[in-house]
Amino acid sequence: MTAAKIIANEIKGYHRFVQFLIVLVAVGALASLARFVFGLGVTTNLNDTFPWGLWISFDVVTAVPLAAGAFTLGAIVHCFHIKKLEPLVRPAIVTGFLGYSLVCVGLLLDLGQPQRGWHTLVYWNPHSPMFEVSMCVMAYTTVLFLEFLSPVCEKFGYHVPLRLLRTLEMPLVVAAASISTLHQSSLGTFFLIAVDKLHSLWYNPLLPLLFWLSAMCAGISIIIVEATMSHKYMGQPDESELLETLAKILPWVITVYLTVKFFSLFALTEGPLTNRPGLLILFVVEVVGGMIIPLFMLMSRKVREDGRLRATAAWLVIAGIILNRFNVSMFGMEAPGTFYYPSFIETLVTVGIIAAHVLFFVLIAKYFPIFEHHPETVDYSIPDHFHKTEKGHAHGAAKA
Amino acid sequence: MSSENQDFNKSKAFLIDMTKCTGCRGCQVACKQWNQLGAEKTEFFTGEGYQNPPLMSEYTFTRIKFRDYEKNGQNEFAFYKEMCMHCNEPACASVCPVGAFKKTKEGPVTYDADRCIGCRFCMVACPFGVPKYEWSKALPLVRKCTGCYSRVKEGLKPACATTCVSAITYGNRDEMIKEANKRIAARPEKYLKKLYGSEEAGGTSVIYLTALPFDELGFKPVTKRPLPSYTWQALRLVPGIFLTVGSSLSLLSWFNHRKERIAKEEEQRKSGATPKEES
Repeated sequence: MTAAKIIANEIKGYHRFVQFLIVLVAVGALASLARFVFGLGVTTNLNDTFPWGLWISFDVVTAVPLAAGAFTLGAIVHCFHIKKLEPLVRPAIVTGFLGYSLVCVGLLLDLGQPQRGWHTLVYWNPHSPMFEVSMCVMAYTTVLFLEFLSPVCEKFGYHVPLRLLRTLEMPLVVAAASISTLHQSSLGTFFLIAVDKLHSLWYNPLLPLLFWLSAMCAGISIIIVEATMSHKYMGQPDESELLETLAKILPWVITVYLTVKFFSLFALTEGPLTNRPGLLILFVVEVVGGMIIPLFMLMSRKVREDGRLRATAAWLVIAGIILNRFNVSMFGMEAPGTFYYPSFIETLVTVGIIAAHVLFFVLIAKYFPIFEHHPETVDYSIPDHFHKTEKGHAHGAAKA
Repeated sequence: MSSENQDFNKSKAFLIDMTKCTGCRGCQVACKQWNQLGAEKTEFFTGEGYQNPPLMSEYTFTRIKFRDYEKNGQNEFAFYKEMCMHCNEPACASVCPVGAFKKTKEGPVTYDADRCIGCRFCMVACPFGVPKYEWSKALPLVRKCTGCYSRVKEGLKPACATTCVSAITYGNRDEMIKEANKRIAARPEKYLKKLYGSEEAGGTSVIYLTALPFDELGFKPVTKRPLPSYTWQALRLVPGIFLTVGSSLSLLSWFNHRKERIAKEEEQRKSGATPKEES
């Protein structure tokens, strides 16, 4: 009784917006309950012509690249050793962990037999991109969970697991980057089987590579947007200087992505490109609005240094990648004359999932040391086991 | 994916001669009876001619598609028996994450409902649009023509082939192709000089002979390359990429951390403080 009262009081103290998010999540949960009671056919607009709809296109195919910030930044900070970006890593990991957990939720709702999800672990089919992605998503969610345990242990002062986690940090970062490379690209492999279905504006053999490169663009942009917003709305520290560095890296990744995209479009694509005006418009909006304009914006120092313009460019990239994933998994797959739009319940569930992501992020940032992390006080160098002559020396350095 | 190194010439195949089809739809009835499929409430005359039901579904594994056309000033019907093509290298079997589909050595592509997790990737992948979903259920599974595997493995013919009075022949795939070419050679004025299924999707266990062009009858234009090869050309790189990315990032971080450690030691040496004094 008292515990419930404490929770109720706590919720009453929240900002209006957070309370609104709680309502959205509750509505989404109810809507997903309806899916199990009444079945997929009644509650969604899916049918034999459109077996995959909003839940796959957004909750899985789009949400995965949007959660790519954790592995991208982890690799930039720890492997490429741009250490000053370290304060951004934890928020990115929280976003990634939430993102992947919610991908799992979305996937389970969409599966016909969610109670058999474990079958992928038992009946292997290495020829299936879906098998590859589900194994990777499970592995990577575990990795993100372990990485997320650090602030949790700090909060409760568990020192022994903290030490263990610190030893595991580098292997986890490398595992995160390798596993992410695999499944981000394999999401593109999904659509390689749709030979005569996916329109040739998007269908080409390099689709997996394009998915991986654009996932990195999405990851970096999400970090920029997230840090800008948590500074503005949550009173978290201003990371402008670090975001400037990220905004310097982003145009390079976009350039590589666009190069591969145009190469594959003009050199590797078979089939007509301009026979469907609607799709052509979507393609142009995606590439020009979502990649080329932000690329030119970010090339100017003025934009990179201005918080608002920088965030705008990042938003454009995110919008471009969302549109790209919808183009590949939904619009480009629709045969001429057919059209799918999500049902009310499908929309409620997806809105609920997005709201859950924002809500949990705000709550975690409120109760756990996500932004208050001071990495400069921690020595991240790998313990020196082979440097035997100066063994005492190295130990001293680690303690100092 | 049990289809590798398999001789498809000796697996069983359907030869369906659409010019001999009378549109009686006995195959539809036989299929429903053998597979114990429920009836569907449909409207008559919703499609061309006497076509009914309008689409294949969880209750309808095969159906006769009608096509109205004019020949010598007379109205004529042409038919297309839509069913699972039982590809030699099935896309559904390659994309299924739990391997629920299997190309049997007898020819039919079977589906194991106990394994299926209901992800519907088979429906996205199938170039012929064959697997259908139990949209009416809360926990749905996939349904599709099984090629009457339970009959075929006991030496019987599939239900539709047994019922059909004229159009369906069932036998070894190489013999069916030979027979089809023989019929074209014997009556070249009657047939389109192409087989549908001999090369489509890398070859299927259903071979069609028609009088009208395939696209007019509703046959889907499909690539000649086996579909699994499209994804496998990317997926085969997975272990290599995993090892390459993993090891290069490990090396890179080891190198960078070593550089930092040496710099730190150098700094300490310069400041003159020996670690022994420190500790």
